[in-house]
Formats: sequence, C-alpha cells, structure tokens
Amino acid sequence: MTERLESREKVTGAARYAFEYPVENVAYAAAVQASVGRGEVVAVDADSVLALPGVLAVLSHENAPKLHDPPDGELALFQSRTVSYRGQFVAVVVGETLETAREGARRLRVEYAAESPDVRLRTDHPDLYKPDKVNPTFPADTEQGEPEDAYGCSAVRVDVTYTTPAEHNNPMEPHTTLAQWNDDGLTLYDSTQGASSVQNIIARVFGLDRTQVRVVSPHVGGGFGSKGSPRPNVVIAAMAARAVGRPVKFAVPRQQMYATTGYRTPTIQRFRVGADSDGRLNAVLHDVVEQTSTVKEFAEQTATPTRVMYQAPHRRTSHRLVALDVPTPSWMRAPGETPGMYALESVMDELAVATGVDPIELRIRNEPDRDPENGLPFSSRNLVACLQEGAERFGWAGRDPAPRARREGRKLVGMGVAASTYPAYMAPNRATARAEPDGTFTIRIAAADIGTGARTTLALIAAETLKADLGDVRVEIGDSSLPKATVAGGSSGTAGWGTAVVRACEALRAELNGGLPAEGLEVSADTTEEVKAREAFSRHAFGAQFAEVEVDADTGEVRVRRMLGVFAAGRIINPVTARSQFIGGMTMGIGMALMEESVMDREFGDYLNRDLAQYHVPSCADVRDVDAVWVEESDPHLNPMGAKGIGEIGIVGAAAAVGNAVHHATGVRVRSLPITPATLVPRL
Amino acid sequence: MNNATTPVHADITLVVNGQEHRLNVDTRASLLDVLRETLGLTGSKKGCDHGQCGACTILIDGRRANGCLALAVAHDGADIVTVEGLAQGDQLSPIQRAFIEQDAFQCGYCTPGQLCSATGMLDEVARGWPSVVTDDLGSDPVLNDDEIRERMSGNLCRCGAYVGIVAAVKQAAQDREAAEA
Repeated sequence: MTERLESREKVTGAARYAFEYPVENVAYAAAVQASVGRGEVVAVDADSVLALPGVLAVLSHENAPKLHDPPDGELALFQSRTVSYRGQFVAVVVGETLETAREGARRLRVEYAAESPDVRLRTDHPDLYKPDKVNPTFPADTEQGEPEDAYGCSAVRVDVTYTTPAEHNNPMEPHTTLAQWNDDGLTLYDSTQGASSVQNIIARVFGLDRTQVRVVSPHVGGGFGSKGSPRPNVVIAAMAARAVGRPVKFAVPRQQMYATTGYRTPTIQRFRVGADSDGRLNAVLHDVVEQTSTVKEFAEQTATPTRVMYQAPHRRTSHRLVALDVPTPSWMRAPGETPGMYALESVMDELAVATGVDPIELRIRNEPDRDPENGLPFSSRNLVACLQEGAERFGWAGRDPAPRARREGRKLVGMGVAASTYPAYMAPNRATARAEPDGTFTIRIAAADIGTGARTTLALIAAETLKADLGDVRVEIGDSSLPKATVAGGSSGTAGWGTAVVRACEALRAELNGGLPAEGLEVSADTTEEVKAREAFSRHAFGAQFAEVEVDADTGEVRVRRMLGVFAAGRIINPVTARSQFIGGMTMGIGMALMEESVMDREFGDYLNRDLAQYHVPSCADVRDVDAVWVEESDPHLNPMGAKGIGEIGIVGAAAAVGNAVHHATGVRVRSLPITPATLVPRL
Repeated sequence: MNNATTPVHADITLVVNGQEHRLNVDTRASLLDVLRETLGLTGSKKGCDHGQCGACTILIDGRRANGCLALAVAHDGADIVTVEGLAQGDQLSPIQRAFIEQDAFQCGYCTPGQLCSATGMLDEVARGWPSVVTDDLGSDPVLNDDEIRERMSGNLCRCGAYVGIVAAVKQAAQDREAAEA
C-alpha cells in the first residue's frame, strides 16, 4: 500500500500546475469565439480594443502569423476567415492583466457573414460516410458469416437502438498553457497528457526543430483524454507570446472548453442480436452512427468491444460518420468501449429478459474460447471469474428476476449487472535509469501523471526491478526533455512506460555488477523492438459491474445505492491508486448513466449547456457506496510487470449496470442516456 | 457597453494565512486572482471561475467561500486562510493527513478547495449548524456519511475521489473529536 509520492505537494498547494509557474513579465491572453455556426469572419475591429489601456495585442486571421504545418484544422488558429463551428476561436486579446485581457476580448467586435449550420446527427443524413478507419487504427466495418440471414432465422431476436449524448470530459483544471520564447526556442508549461507529443506537434506547427520546444507538465489537473493531444490553447499561447515578445499564459475558461477542447461524440447504435431459446448467440449486428467536425476527423471506435465480447458465428459491426458544423469530438475516457459497451451490455440484459436466462448465466453461456473475430487466443480472460466473484459479493443470488418486484415505500429498488472490457495496449517508450553516487536511483521518462498515480507506480516498478527501497528511487516525469514517452492514453501507461523503466533498471543492475563509478552510472532503454516482437494474442482486461438503484416512483429520481466493480486487469502494481482509478471510472459512469448530456443548439450550433451548473457531473452526494475489487490474474503475455491498464475500464459498462438496474427496479427500459426524471416519469 | 476604459484600482488590506498584505487591486479582480496572480499563492485553484466547482474554496473570516465569486475590493480587511495556511509549519493538519491516508485525491486540482471546504465544514458542524439532510433540527448534527456527502457537495472532483474524500473527512472528524476529548 503506497501513497502517492506527490501527496504532500498536493495537499499543501505546493504542486504547480501550468498556469502557476512564476515567470517574469508575464502577459495574459483571452480568446474570442465565433458567434455564428458557420460562415466567414468579415471584419475584426482590433483598433478599438488596442486603444484600451493595457491591451498589448489583438490577433486574428487579419494579422496572425502564418503557421508552418498545423496537422489539422483544430490547430490552424487564425489561418483563414472560415468559421467551421460556433465557438471556434477566431481571435485572441493579450493584456497586461487577466482583467484587461478579458475585457478586451469581451469588447472585440467581430463581423461575420453567417450561414446556417448543419448540426443535427441523424441516421438518414445524406452525407453519412464510412471512415477509412476508426480510432486509432481499427477497421470501420467487420463481418463474418451471414449475419442478416442468421439474425432472421434466430429463435429469439432483439432489434433495438440505443443512443448516447455528447459528453464532455471536464477535467477540473482547464486546458492551460504558459508559453515563453527565448533564444533556444519555445518553453511551454502545459496541461497535457503527453509532453513528448506536444513537443513534436507544436514544433511542426511553428516550423521548429523538436529540440527547440520544451514542454513542462509535472502536475496535470485531470484530462480523461481531452489533454491527450495539444488543443488550441497551446498554439494561442505560443503565438501570442511571440507577438508581444513576452511570456503569455492562457487558461481556456470553463465555458469555452465545451467547444474547443474535445468531447465524446453522440452515438446512435442499432443492435440486432439473434439467439436460440437458451440465449446462445447466433448473430450480432452492431451498426453505429456518430459525428465528427468538418475541420478534423475523429471516428470513435464504438463497435469495437462487440468484436471481442461474445461468441456468435454470424456477426457484423459498422461505423458511419457525418461531418457536421460542430466542435471536434475527441477522446474521452475509454472512447469506443464506453458508449459501445453501454449499448451492448444493455442489449444483453434485454436478451436475458427475452430468454428468461439470468444475466450472469447468459454472459457465461456466450463466453468465447478465443477472440471471436480475429481468432487469436486471449492472453488471459477472466470475465467469468469477475461475474462470479461480483455476484457473490453483491448478493446477486437472492435477486428476483422479475422487474418492479421490490418496493420500499416510494422507492422502487432493482439490481443490474454489466460486463466491462478494455484493450491492454502497449507502445514503444524510452527511459533512463541512473545510479547516483550516493546510492540512490533516478528514473527519467517523459510520462505524465494526470492523477492516475503513474509517478508512484513507476517508482514501485523501478524499486522492484532494482531491488531498492522505494525511498531511494526518484522518478522524473512530465517534461519533454526526458526520454521520449507515449501519451497517458489508452490505459497504456503502466504497460508502455513501465516496460521501458524495467528494461532500463535491468540494464543498470547488470552494469552495476562491475561496481558503481564515482560519478554514478546511467543506462537507457528503448522498447521499440520488444513491442514489435510481441507474440500475437488478443489482450484485454475484463470486469463486471454491479449496481443497485432506487427509483422514486413519484419523481423518477434515480439514486445509486450501491455499486461494485470486479476487475481482471493483470497484476495490480499499487492497490491504493488502482482502487481509486477503478472507483473514479465507475463514478464517471454514474454521471454518464444519470446526468451527463451536452445539448446541441440545433438553431445556432455549439453546445447549449456550457458550464458546470448546466452540465452535471457527479457530486459527493451522488456517490454513495461504491467499491472496486479485483481478481488475481497472472498473464505472462503482457509485459514484464504482468499488468494491464486500469485507467479506463472502470467507466466501461458502468452506465449499463445502472440502466439495467433501473429496468429491474421499474420495468422501464430506457434506451437513451442519460436516464433522468424527465425520461422516466411519463413511463413509471 | 460602458465607456469605462481605464482600470480602476483601490487600496485594500488583506491578512492571508496570518500575514498582512497592503495591495492596490484592480476593482475587477477576484480574490482568487489576487491570491494567485498578485500574491503568488497558487494553491487555490481556478476550475470554473463561476462558483460552480469549488476548487477555489478558501476561508474568509473563518467561513468557507468561493474565492472566484469574491471581488477583492469588497473584502478590505478580511482574514483569509488558503490551503497554504492549513498546515502548522511542516505539521500537516488532520484533514490534510487524512486526505493522504485515504487517497482522497488523484489529479489534486480540486484538493485545495476540498481541504479548505472540509476545514470550514467541520467547524460548521461543531457549531451545530444543520444541513438539508439533518433529521433532527433540535439537537446537534451527527456527522454521518450522508451529512459529509451533502456538506461536501459544493466541491466537485472529476477524478471521482468522493469515496476517499468522505472517508478522509470522517477520519479527520474523529481525530478532531479525539483531540477535544
């Protein structure tokens, strides 16, 4: 049991986040968003704002420097007149103080030639298309057998459409950059999940050599995917700092985050599942419709979990996108798995009801003996163990399967279950391990700790490999000047960074056999070849989520009384931070189930609810008895730690477990998230 | 749109974590921004700047408040405690210790607000102030889990550390009782 290494800094306020670095002569940026949903900027009245005392610069397409090679439209700030969605940044005001910059931005008059935006996602949109691939590199469609025919011939058929709304990551720390140019290049104090990737991309945007950009981000106030790639704030801060010849800092105001820093696409998912009367699946068809923007394609891999979850000889998955005049969707905790498993696991519950088979037994009956689509063996798969362990702990055996069978006064009470899964990714990384002259060790890798506990976990991994005391191991992360590392994404940090740390530490130990030189000894590792040489396996973590809810029969208010997650994710390195990760994901799943929804303004574009008073995330009172445990899982085919990622699986299936519990409590099947009093009351 | 183009400044005095500061503040500046940008006390966080997330929670004259909703100029003479003022030198306060022991945070960005909020909240309970979930308004509130959750709901945590936060507040409350006994 190991507390976070940066605990003391975080409880005393000493931990510095991007906006908080003390640099001399700093100026402040405030950005202006497009107030039309589509069209062109006709004029920017910079002069009247420049006349305000303390305003240093106004940048827009009229005067912004040409960027060298922005990789996508989201980072091509102020490069054209075009407005691609409402809320897109069109100008920035730089001021001596925060107050001055904000007042300047508020006063800046921008004239537009407006067109009517197309913002409504629908299954009959004429511009639906099949993307070349879905995030990150999965095929858009897959098919095996004769799914349509097999479905038609199945004894039990379920044909339902589930929808999930747009959802926003909403990390507590806004996207923030402090940019400082100097003789050597550009230093960015940035709130990012990946210092190395920001370094690469921003160097490209400004036409610099990678070594001329340094990104510093030791503490990051959450990201959940939204800080996995540089967002407009980085370019704005760097461009503004160059324009005024001073360091500039820019934190995206909460209200502006909803259009400019990414979100989870809304999805429309049609499921057709055919089974025999015992619930054995014969055909599974999962057809997904979702959106992207016109400036950058992001294709959420929503149907990918359906490709690995259950056996069925006849199967199909597809993704169709439409590029709308909307903000650009991006990664949000377990992209793909989260909306896809919400739908799949709700459908499995419907099938359980339709066949009269217990939901846990139904899943066990459809357990595949190898990956059902690619045919590879699973490196390990303990879904059944999670379901059984959870059933035992949660008291599933006493559950009357009849819906609406348990009432306590005004409260209808029910229990639901859902499976979860997440791939065990691993990517090449570099790390160094150094034996210091004083007998301590320093590990260096440009990893990120966005609250995951990565710093602590890497220290534990290093200490174990070096056979050293944890107190003698120092870990330096969150800086692009450290050995190049992948982003904190895809739940891959422990596997990818950890392997590089292990290999560096092993090499150091081997070299130390010759004794410790007076000046110390440093060795480095690069896992590129090791990752390439991995055997072919289907590698995934699995889990089971259980929820008990009470539904007020009069008001339709749903409260989660109890929730338990049981996970099989390889070896758990640090139980303290692992439990927090699982529970944190499940908590976000409660939000997804019951409250989170970004509502598109169909008339004018952009999301209507643009703050935390209108976009509801779970608060302390919403989260009662939530716990997470794990089953022992030994998997020799993963990485030297035997660990799978745990940052995302906690949210996967959580909303389905809650929704299935709501159905059990009320007899009402809600197929559109979130489940609110407004959707429930008319049907109770 | 008004014609005021020149910032207006005012002289105020703030006592922050026991130290007096004489300041000339922009009348548009929030207490939060004065703490962070003028005094360099960046422990208090800005999550929403609209009083909706609680990351900026500080103690003003002993009561918890959102620093982002307080105009500095309106708090001349105030006595303020921020997260930097909770510990006694190197000695962490019971609530700070409990947050570490219960892993009541992940990214740490809401944590200063949670800590100040919990500090103020425990004091409110000690004074006998009820909350909306207090059953018996006639006697002193009992700080059970539901009371903690209700009273801490002004501080959002997107990492979802609430389970740890409730455990930490409970532990700190027990420490406080033990110390008083």
